[in-house]
Amino acid sequence: MRLPCPCCGWRDLREFTYKGAADALHRPALDDPSGWDDHLHNRTNPAGETRDLWYHDPCGTWVCITRDTVSHAVISGVPLEGAR
Amino acid sequence: MKRRDTGGSALNRARKLGFSFDGRAFEGVEGDTLASSLLANGVRLVGRSFKYHRPRGVMTAGSEEPNALLEVLRDGAWHPNIRATMQELHQGLDARAQNCWPSVRRDVMAVNDWLAPFLGAGFYYKTFMWPRAFWEGLYEPVIRRAAGLGRLPQSHQYDPHEKAFAFCELLVIGSGPAGLMAALVAAKAGADVILCEEDRQMGGRFLSDAGQIDGMPDGAWAAGVLAELAELPNVRLMPRTSVFGAYDGGVYGAIERVALHQAAPGRTPRECYWRITAKRAIMATGALERPIAHPDNDRPGVMMLGAVASYWQRFAVDPGRVVVFGNNDHALATAKALAADGMDIRAYIDPREITADAPFKTYQGEVIGTRGRHGLHAVTLRHKGREMRLEADTLALSGGWNPSLHLACHMNGRPVWDETIASFVPRERMVPGMQAVGAAAGIFSTHGALESGARAAMQALDALGLSATPPDLPQAEDTPYAITPLWQVQAQGRAWLDFANDVTTKDVAQAVREGFASVEHMKRYTTQGMAPDQGKSSNIGALAVLADATGGTIPGTGTTTFRPPFVPVSIAALGAGGYGPGFAPQRFTTSHAQTRKMGAPMIEAGLWYRPSYFPQATDRDWRCACNREALYVRHAVGICDVSTLGKIDVQGPDAARFLDFVYTNTMSSLKPGRVRYGLMLREDGHVMDDGTCARLSDQHFLITTTTAAAGEVIRHLDFVQQAYCADWQLRLISVTETWAQFAIAGPLADALLGHLLGDVPDLPFMGCVPVMVGGVGARLFRISFSGERGYELAVPARYGADLYRHLVALAEGFGGGAYGMEALNVLRIEKGFITHAEIDGRVTAFDLGLQGMVSAKKDCIGRAASQRPGLTGPARLQLVGLRPVDPQSEITAGAHLYPCDKPAKAAYGQGHVKSVCYSPTLESWLGLALLENGRARHGETLRLDDGLRGLRTPVEICNPVFFDPNGGRMRD
Amino acid sequence: MIRLKETSAGAKLRLPPLTGCTLRMLPQMRITSIAPYSGQADALRARLGGFPAPGEVLKVQGIDLVWAGGDLAFAFGDDLPDGLGAHCALSDQSDGWCGFVLQGAGAEALLARRLPFDLRNMASPGSARSVLDHLPVLVLRRASDRFEIWVWRSMVQSFVQQIRT
Ligand SMILES: [Zn+2]
Repeated sequence: MRLPCPCCGWRDLREFTYKGAADALHRPALDDPSGWDDHLHNRTNPAGETRDLWYHDPCGTWVCITRDTVSHAVISGVPLEGAR
Repeated sequence: MKRRDTGGSALNRARKLGFSFDGRAFEGVEGDTLASSLLANGVRLVGRSFKYHRPRGVMTAGSEEPNALLEVLRDGAWHPNIRATMQELHQGLDARAQNCWPSVRRDVMAVNDWLAPFLGAGFYYKTFMWPRAFWEGLYEPVIRRAAGLGRLPQSHQYDPHEKAFAFCELLVIGSGPAGLMAALVAAKAGADVILCEEDRQMGGRFLSDAGQIDGMPDGAWAAGVLAELAELPNVRLMPRTSVFGAYDGGVYGAIERVALHQAAPGRTPRECYWRITAKRAIMATGALERPIAHPDNDRPGVMMLGAVASYWQRFAVDPGRVVVFGNNDHALATAKALAADGMDIRAYIDPREITADAPFKTYQGEVIGTRGRHGLHAVTLRHKGREMRLEADTLALSGGWNPSLHLACHMNGRPVWDETIASFVPRERMVPGMQAVGAAAGIFSTHGALESGARAAMQALDALGLSATPPDLPQAEDTPYAITPLWQVQAQGRAWLDFANDVTTKDVAQAVREGFASVEHMKRYTTQGMAPDQGKSSNIGALAVLADATGGTIPGTGTTTFRPPFVPVSIAALGAGGYGPGFAPQRFTTSHAQTRKMGAPMIEAGLWYRPSYFPQATDRDWRCACNREALYVRHAVGICDVSTLGKIDVQGPDAARFLDFVYTNTMSSLKPGRVRYGLMLREDGHVMDDGTCARLSDQHFLITTTTAAAGEVIRHLDFVQQAYCADWQLRLISVTETWAQFAIAGPLADALLGHLLGDVPDLPFMGCVPVMVGGVGARLFRISFSGERGYELAVPARYGADLYRHLVALAEGFGGGAYGMEALNVLRIEKGFITHAEIDGRVTAFDLGLQGMVSAKKDCIGRAASQRPGLTGPARLQLVGLRPVDPQSEITAGAHLYPCDKPAKAAYGQGHVKSVCYSPTLESWLGLALLENGRARHGETLRLDDGLRGLRTPVEICNPVFFDPNGGRMRD
Repeated sequence: MIRLKETSAGAKLRLPPLTGCTLRMLPQMRITSIAPYSGQADALRARLGGFPAPGEVLKVQGIDLVWAGGDLAFAFGDDLPDGLGAHCALSDQSDGWCGFVLQGAGAEALLARRLPFDLRNMASPGSARSVLDHLPVLVLRRASDRFEIWVWRSMVQSFVQQIRT
């Protein structure tokens, strides 16, 4: 598997660390318990396009990857600033 | 069988090679494979079959070989399951038959063949069921001894292997007509091309058929193309390389036989495991000829027609008297060409009506049996309703051709059934970016192969953004391929489908009768296709027989799933270099050499190596050393290298604000020159790590992480910054490697520092200050992980080795010395300081009694979640101290805690032990544990129970800070 | 009073003989990491006379400026202009890294086999961060046949072991 780093271009999977769904980009307010439950635990697990977060360890860049869970196609990779 | 006097395009007859098989000496020539040289020496019987121990001989000339799996002596060990067809001959090659005893000709287990009526599909499942108690002691060992193909070497293998990466624009897999054409077109247009070929020689079927291209022998045409490709700088030719898997993102796995053909390869890697990344790929893998299931079709001497042709043409093997049994026009054409070249073809048998003239007898009919104990000497056929027998040395089968489409299926794509060739063909885009051409796409004529290769190359060039004009195709044969499928001959006797796993047509029928009628069930019940050859020759035939037995169509019955690897790949190649120090990078501190000189055994901490303890001649065991070192710190001064802790530089106008956000406690209120203990949570409210945070100046902080969590913490901090505070003015960078840092701990620490610095700065507890040491700018921190008055002194790494030597020498002068991880652990347990033994990913700040550190005045990572119900309260496992009631009674980490009157059952478990030590200061075993509602239970007695080590002892629950609970020793 | 002596990370290192290229260790030199603060990139670039984009190696005002990851550069050498601190975080990385030079006609082929990225696309001069058998590396292409590989000080032994095989 190969993923695009916005800095380094397409790189081998072995250079990345996986975090999880891009839901982590949106922190709920401190006083929103059900918001936090969703944020931490509830995932849509789509068959199709999904967004998740990967760390490109060599260059220290977090990347939001859009990929397809059915076709395994990796569609894009952008820095987190552009992903929210 | 014997060697012909002339011919053999692969051979260099001038170089004779001596080799041995089963202890007998033979001679072959350079260019031979083990299979071709055995055949040329008249050796037809090369092994015994898996289950029935039937005599078996070479069937094919390629990597699909199901029968000729031998053991080869290499690098001092016998390597099993070497395909004789793929092992190139070299001087001194030593091979032997496997799966037989005492010899391949007189194999005791051949009795299985007589027992065959009882050993059909599912035999083991049915037989070894009862009584249950017999399974482990009797049945399993017996089955294990009888089963298996070959035996692994029983010693470690250190022969060198390699792993490598390669990148290209176009990967062409296979160098037959279609592959050569594709590579040529793409390469001429300037694409970066890698051309992989499984065989030693490139050219595919051009090497063994006798066709013409542009009026010249096709072999010569191929040689010309290869010479042209070899000249181009953008082409990489990789012979002896099998592409075995297609993976996501245009990644292909390949295995190159680098030195397996060399008599004395020395340090040259035996194999290289390639990971090839290609923008586009062309699958020109050709087709595999399939056998016909007729009775006794597994006798040595029964071979595939294409293999007979290949051995004749390339290796000058004369197959003697040949009978050909085919069902397609290609078979007849091949037989005619071979006869014209001088092969002694006695007859051609085909169930179809044969109208063409032929220089040999033709029979419309089927082969219904074969004769010969250790090798074929006669063929029985049915012709016009009567049986007749033909003397023969070789029976050449051609049941048609199956496109070799395995790679196309590796990403879950399913091929489609093509009635005209009676086989499966790949669909478009089964593997993104890869296109099948030539025979692999079911296009069997030479012209068709060249044309499809050129067309696929043009498409690939277009996708790569390169332009080219379509090439003029050379003149080549373009005869249509006609076949009438013949999956099994209806006659008495066992007819083999899967030769490697001994599966017959009867087994498939039986599986259906017993309810295993779906292809996936049949496969598992009969083990069809599950041998090392993965059913390359047999899967389609078995599917057809299954369809026949269930009354369905072949495409309706399904297809089998092809998974990587296409050919067996040695674990040695996959793990190349990954043993010993190559297993993972090793990180050594600047004090490493000195530490080793002092005789310390090293212990791994993440990738780092740290000293366990420093032994002395009088020590009874390691604990003596550990006690001594712990007492250095309590009574004099100890030195410990703490450079492995993660160190992160955090700078910028918003650095303090950022640290407030990632730590539970407040760092913005820290004064420059001061240090604070800090706790980080994960967003789910559990503890991630702890460490110190030093404010070096207003906008410059230095934070530390534990050794093990350094990588995780920097990833986390980078995430928080890039995800939530990208517009804040701060940056972080690891300085772990930059600084060598040493703990100087104990009541005499100040005295030692006085010697070192001349003048000890008046530093309060949790203070930090820049100092000069030995002429070098350094940082001094007054922090303590031992509970004693202590410092950590950091210098640029280049001075680490020298500073450590000085520190240890000074400490020894004060009656102290170096201490290792064992003593460090004792000191911190005595103080109840936590490590990742306690922070095991499931604990909260509340569990550790650190809930007071989660500031209520600000948001921080993990704060909201840390307040969720269930993460606080009496039901939580909380950090406690443990003392055995008998102080000398050993306790163990990993033990569980139960009420004294309850048995060791999960239902009664109340907690578990995280760390233990023997404290020489308190003269008692001590433990840190997590216990249900633990903080409220100090003074209670529980039973510590370590079922694994058979240890039970009563323990008293207490405050986790055993020593100097007020902290006066380190603070004042 | 003592005087502290330097120890090179390569002090007892035996460098392997390679075919088609040579490997030698660089002397330690001053390395400063330059990390611009948010919104300060233009000001910093003006001050420095340039700032390397991903993959770039620049020579500005005599400074060897190398892209070193994310929005980060390493400056090799002693002569950084004053007053950068308002625009970026500066951190001394000199002791954290060890540099090796791989030079010769076979250098690219040797590295290409070992690195998991496409070396054919690498500019000369150019910079890349990657891993070499799990070792973090900073790879600098100084010329078509000359590469510098920078590794963490603690990992020099592993690096030398890996490059040998
Ligand atoms: Zn990157």
